[in-house]
Amino acid sequence: MTMNILPPNSSAIKTRFAVKFIQAMKRLSKRRGMGDRYKRYRATRAAACVSMASAVGPEWAWSRAVLRKIKRRRLLRQFRVSRKRRLIERTTNPRQNLGFGQEEDLRGLVPGGKGMDYCSLLSETAHYITCLQAQVQVMADILHRSSP
Amino acid sequence: MSSRRSRSRHSGSSRITDDQINDLVSKLQQLLPEMHSRRSDKKSATKVLQETCNYIRSLHREVDDLSERLSELLENADTTQADLIRSLIMQ
Repeated sequence: MTMNILPPNSSAIKTRFAVKFIQAMKRLSKRRGMGDRYKRYRATRAAACVSMASAVGPEWAWSRAVLRKIKRRRLLRQFRVSRKRRLIERTTNPRQNLGFGQEEDLRGLVPGGKGMDYCSLLSETAHYITCLQAQVQVMADILHRSSP
Repeated sequence: MSSRRSRSRHSGSSRITDDQINDLVSKLQQLLPEMHSRRSDKKSATKVLQETCNYIRSLHREVDDLSERLSELLENADTTQADLIRSLIMQ
């Protein structure tokens, strides 16, 4: 694990993210069952987060965690695991620490944060933030260009 | 800050020092949006983590809001993909 936090090459990652996200949106627009407004919102947000994680790649733990979560969710949906069963699986997973401090909060906010050592948590957080910033900028850009 | 040393684990060959942690924390501080104080004021690690959490939450909210507005595009899919990509790349 490298200790230095290099800001992700802004232009490259933004472009990669933009391409993936727009492709995902195009697929969504063709999907059936998108009449529900909440469903559309959820699908759009998921597409954005997965597209960014995919653009980042497996080099960072947080992006791996996002991609794993989506794979798991898709698998569960395929095998029609009921919602109740999924909820039980989540709550019975043992948690690492039961602190109420900022570190604990941070671990809850950064994908995969619960399994990281403190140092990794800090460097992953920094990278995660720069990617979130890029994601927001690109999404806002796409939105403005799409509005008449 | 000595509590940090007892909490950090020695991973493999590299020993994690307080200096490295302080370095990472100050790098996080630099990412925070300047609000009340100048960014060069050294903040406590607790404060930096707290503000980092708040900042991440606000970024998540922005993503939520933008997702909601973008999802309306799915209703009428006449925006062509190629045009959007082209306009984004030629800046």
